Amino acid sequence: MTIHSITMTVNGAKERLNVPSHMTLLHALREQLALTGPKDGCSAGECGACTVLLDGEPVNSCMVLAVECDGREIVTVEGLTEDGQLSAVQEAFVEHNAVQCGFCTPGMLISTHALLERNPNPTEQEIREALVGNLCRCTGYLRIIQAVQTAARKRGA
Amino acid sequence: MSPSTKVVGKNVRRVDIYEKITGSATFIDDMQFGPGLYHGRIVRSPHAHALIKNVDVNKALALPGVKAVVTGQDTPKPIGLYLKDRHIFALDRVRYVGDPVAGVVAVSPEIAEKAAQLIEVEYEELPAVFDPVEAARPDAPLIHPDLGEYEVVNFIFPEPGTNISEHFRLRKGDVGAAWPKCAAIVEGTFRLPQIQHVPIETHDAIAQWEQSGQVTLWTCSQSPFAQRDLIAQSLGISHGDLRVVAPYLGGGFGGKAGVSMEACAVVMARAVKGHPVKLRMSREEEFIGTTVRQSLVANTKIGCDAGGNLLAMETEYYFGGGASNEYGVNIARAAGYSCTGPYYIPNVKGDSYCVYTNQPIGSAMRGFGMPEIHWGIEQIMDQLAEKIGMDAAEFRRRNCVKTGDIILTGMEMPPVNLPACIDKVTKAIGWDERRGDSQWSPSAPHKKRGKGIAIMWKAPAMPPNPGSSAIVRFNEDATVNVEIGAQELGQGAFTVAAQVAAEALGVPYEWVRVSVPVDTKYSPYEWQTVASRITWSMGNAVKAAAEDARRQILEIVAQHWGEDPADLDIRDGKVISYKSEEEQPLEKMVVYGLPNENFEGWTGGPVVGHGKFMPTYVTNLDPKTGQGARAVVHYTVGAQAVDLEVDTETGQVEVLKIASAYDVGKAINPDLVMTQIEGGAVHGLSSAFEALQFDEQGRPLNANLVDYRIMSAADAPREIHGDIVETPLEDGPWGARGVGEHVMVQTAPAIANAINDALGIRFNDLPLSAEKVFMALQKKTRYL
Repeated sequence: MTIHSITMTVNGAKERLNVPSHMTLLHALREQLALTGPKDGCSAGECGACTVLLDGEPVNSCMVLAVECDGREIVTVEGLTEDGQLSAVQEAFVEHNAVQCGFCTPGMLISTHALLERNPNPTEQEIREALVGNLCRCTGYLRIIQAVQTAARKRGA
Repeated sequence: MSPSTKVVGKNVRRVDIYEKITGSATFIDDMQFGPGLYHGRIVRSPHAHALIKNVDVNKALALPGVKAVVTGQDTPKPIGLYLKDRHIFALDRVRYVGDPVAGVVAVSPEIAEKAAQLIEVEYEELPAVFDPVEAARPDAPLIHPDLGEYEVVNFIFPEPGTNISEHFRLRKGDVGAAWPKCAAIVEGTFRLPQIQHVPIETHDAIAQWEQSGQVTLWTCSQSPFAQRDLIAQSLGISHGDLRVVAPYLGGGFGGKAGVSMEACAVVMARAVKGHPVKLRMSREEEFIGTTVRQSLVANTKIGCDAGGNLLAMETEYYFGGGASNEYGVNIARAAGYSCTGPYYIPNVKGDSYCVYTNQPIGSAMRGFGMPEIHWGIEQIMDQLAEKIGMDAAEFRRRNCVKTGDIILTGMEMPPVNLPACIDKVTKAIGWDERRGDSQWSPSAPHKKRGKGIAIMWKAPAMPPNPGSSAIVRFNEDATVNVEIGAQELGQGAFTVAAQVAAEALGVPYEWVRVSVPVDTKYSPYEWQTVASRITWSMGNAVKAAAEDARRQILEIVAQHWGEDPADLDIRDGKVISYKSEEEQPLEKMVVYGLPNENFEGWTGGPVVGHGKFMPTYVTNLDPKTGQGARAVVHYTVGAQAVDLEVDTETGQVEVLKIASAYDVGKAINPDLVMTQIEGGAVHGLSSAFEALQFDEQGRPLNANLVDYRIMSAADAPREIHGDIVETPLEDGPWGARGVGEHVMVQTAPAIANAINDALGIRFNDLPLSAEKVFMALQKKTRYL
């Protein structure tokens, strides 16, 4: 088993890791950096609970090898909060009670951030399409979509 | 009933929201167990039904890094909630594809997986049976030849020598005499496939068996106490030596109720004493190796007179319970004692069977038998209304169960208002705007639009006496710790506990903390977080605990002031006297007490309140007739209406709007009730299109999230409307009763009724796949 020494910027901090070839980014984040916000719901890129930003783009971190991320920038849900200050997206999720069990929430928040970065004023249809890879079994998505709309308004203000 | 409340009935913020929104909430897979952690892997049966002739574990044990292998020989005593029929690892036979045969413990998940492939099992295949009606026949292959020897509770009636694990009989009035009086009779056979809960978090358990005999199980569980009880009984551990710790759940929906794979982890840990063993289900294992919703075949016949009054019903429910019915037997029982659905029918003959099949294990899922039986009932009601020329909503208003009715089991219906729920949803959906109205037409020429309605009832299905308990204790600054054994699975149980405690104590909501995780070593007893019973039962226990603490505080202060406790109150965290108008903040005194005059001694001490609740009035029912004074604690009722379009070119159904209304007695937190209503409506919609599929040998075909689709953000309806009706429940906290499961019970038949409105086509079998709808449209066009 080959071990690779890689460097990533994770939530703004430089991290050096030694990862085996087969280790996914999700497992590297969870097991080596103790960032347990991203969740493993299917290990197959279908549920979206493991979504993180890789160089600003949302990816299923269970489908990316850690070694591919050498020199790249990662943001996880832990990186959305600074000194206890919630991001506008997080505040909107709180305001709309868009959380139930909370297991899909980290991925849902990251996908929302990515959407609003590339499209600050998404239509409802665009929001639905942006979140199609993030499954939620609890909320019925209504509150989440409303929260994204509110966050877009707040960020624009 | 308190005239005004400060916290109860208010939309306070969820107690768990900040943890969950920042990614810091701890779920089972986030817990760390250090370098001593071993990993488990289950070897599963490739056959639906076979005898185990030999299990050779030698090659697996020889692999470096493998620490132990366990088999059915290590777990001879079966486990189960109502009927102890399940082997933790298969003993002499396997009963479904996926049945655990052996468990490997190794130093890494990779080695465990490799070792699992080295275990050689010799099978002798047996004929298998998958359809519950076929399985119930006397000549069907027998799946549990030892059924007569299993331990069973006194309200479940297995039929040894058959595959029938429970037969509930309901006999009321004279059905035979009633049929000739009917002006309209509709009968049909309705089928539902097995479906899965699909929580986004799969099952995961870590067990550690110490050399001393102390055992700890960390688990994502709706039922830490029931797990402790069942595993302790099966493995011969003292309840006092088995500790179950359960952090937040990433979704439950009934799938994490009772015991499923957790006992396997404990058995594996016993083989490597001192080391924690982690057993985590892959998504595929979640589908087939935990539990699923039972399948159902319903043969139902209902009749009414020319005025639209229901007269008679005859029904047979065959639940396909899968390979073990330890929990599922009570689903068939619940379907039996509620077999009419939410209707008053004077003559009823009902037979509800739970039947073993060679399929994954059927168990609790949101609705617990009710979505299954309402699927047929609610379609027949529409057809009856049509036959006698009555509006479908009006037909339901007329016949639905009402307060004080003597319902099918002979029990008096506790207060509910189902007509009010029907009124709310018909108003919200625009029931009277029909085809022809210009505002209400399909969005494209190849689409057809329709509306449908369905109503429901459901009682908590459980033993007669499930208990709840709670502890309320104060910190020095008068913040409050509420300890409960109920679990937070997203429904908001912890928030409700905090609201109830704050209200009953007279302190601000923000002062209350709810202790997490649930830990059977420290948390007070709770039967299980199931049956939509927590707001009601736990709520009562927390209220009692808070009232106990409040009484202690008032006594201390009254003694200090030389007043009567009856003249004192706690408001906004201060004790006040209505008589002397004195004030005493709770800070410090709730722990240190108060000094007597001139500091001649002290009064009081740390305030700890205890509370419990257990229903004491439920009676057993006559095994021949299902009659008895009190079958259940209460019923929650509700209605749903949908407005949808069917694409006639693809068969795809798009729900444009769904409206729901439920009588929750009292909404402790109205917004949390709404989140249940909305989420449940989408869960219900999704369930109408879901099915676990198997090949002819019983091998699963779609045990992944690509081939088993659940509703995504793109599929969910544009409009989800909810209404709350509040008819107080006599023994609920502030009148509250549960609603968590009810929200998806009648969704599938509401859709079917709307599809029929749009197309004039009835679908008796779920799922409502686009292919099935399209083929039915083709057939109809061809024969027109």
